[in-house]
Amino acid sequence: MNIRHHLDDATLLAYAAGSLSEGMSLLVASHIDRCPHCQARLQQAEAVGGALLDELPPVALAPDALEQVLALLETEAGAPAAKPAVSTRAPLLDGNIPAPLAHYLDKPLDELEWRTLVPGVRQLDLRLGGPGTTRLLRIAPGLSVPHHSHRGNELTLILRGSYSDELGRFQAGDVADLDEQIAHQPISDSGEDCICLIATDAPLRFSGLMGRLVQPFIGL
Amino acid sequence: MAAVISLFKQAPPVKEEWSACLAGLAQTRDRSDYARLFEHFAPRVKAYLIRLGMTPANAEELAQEALLSVWRKAHMFDPAKANASTWIFRLARNLCIDRLRREKIQFYELEYDEPDPDERHDGEHAVLATRMAESIKALPEAQAQVLYLSYYEGRSHSEIAQAIGIPLGSVKSRLRLGFEKLKQVWGESS
Repeated sequence: MNIRHHLDDATLLAYAAGSLSEGMSLLVASHIDRCPHCQARLQQAEAVGGALLDELPPVALAPDALEQVLALLETEAGAPAAKPAVSTRAPLLDGNIPAPLAHYLDKPLDELEWRTLVPGVRQLDLRLGGPGTTRLLRIAPGLSVPHHSHRGNELTLILRGSYSDELGRFQAGDVADLDEQIAHQPISDSGEDCICLIATDAPLRFSGLMGRLVQPFIGL
Repeated sequence: MAAVISLFKQAPPVKEEWSACLAGLAQTRDRSDYARLFEHFAPRVKAYLIRLGMTPANAEELAQEALLSVWRKAHMFDPAKANASTWIFRLARNLCIDRLRREKIQFYELEYDEPDPDERHDGEHAVLATRMAESIKALPEAQAQVLYLSYYEGRSHSEIAQAIGIPLGSVKSRLRLGFEKLKQVWGESS
């Protein structure tokens, strides 16, 4: 996989710090799963976390905390944990679904229960809750998402196909990491549907009158 | 981020003895080594969890759980990949995320009977939006496509013609046909 668009440093740090929403974490994990470049950067970001842990002013535990935990060590609660099994679910499900995302889906991409927003544009809301949204979006060749900017951050991971916008061309594995500085209008630009995972931490802001009128039902 | 990095640079050298201690724990299962790790890391993990927004009582409980995991997972620690602090940091972070998400999911199950947030709008705007949605969905794809390209992308009719490879006249007629149908949302007859 030839990945050319990567995560922003700030996003990677937020992920390493555990401060991203579930949907954004899922997206970041799905990108990192297939991106050696960001895997290496994540190790650095996590090392920052380790160093900060060292430097935190300690907060004393209950006086009997150590005693309580020591009492558990030789019980079942203290038994060595099994190494997590390598997930074989993702490739079985669909080669376009990264392993972290496979935990949230029960079918290959083409068999999911897509909901048509408008002709040529379908979506599947993962319904993770929180202030933003986490969706799969499927855009027919030549179609586009309305021109919009963002109140917060928007992460997009291409799973299949490709799109182009003001920032360039995004193909499978690429991530677009956008914030409120950027308005864009991606257009699906290959011969197959562009399927992407999109996570936001605040609702999008559509630019035109039509965009504002249809926002409640598109709900991107 | 600059502040974080400068803090990182000013931090004293990583205390390698903790990594050696943790790596040895998998073989020795030495309770006094474990107690040393606990005394050093548990108060820091608790401090970290409080910073993440946990109450002191929850942070206490989860810090104990995290340190129990250190005992249970010591055989998975690889000093070539991370030092002890980083490994324990990740462990505590993941426990905290798991805990917060479990609670959130329960919260959403309680809200299960609420109307779908996508369909929960107020007043006339909602009625219009819903009817608009239905109207756009009902459009033939060819008409919806030119509407998108002109309204959402601000493309001129000739640019659209070029983009999708149809004559300029066809772009205009598709737009007209589509717009006629959408106008009915506002109760305007053609």
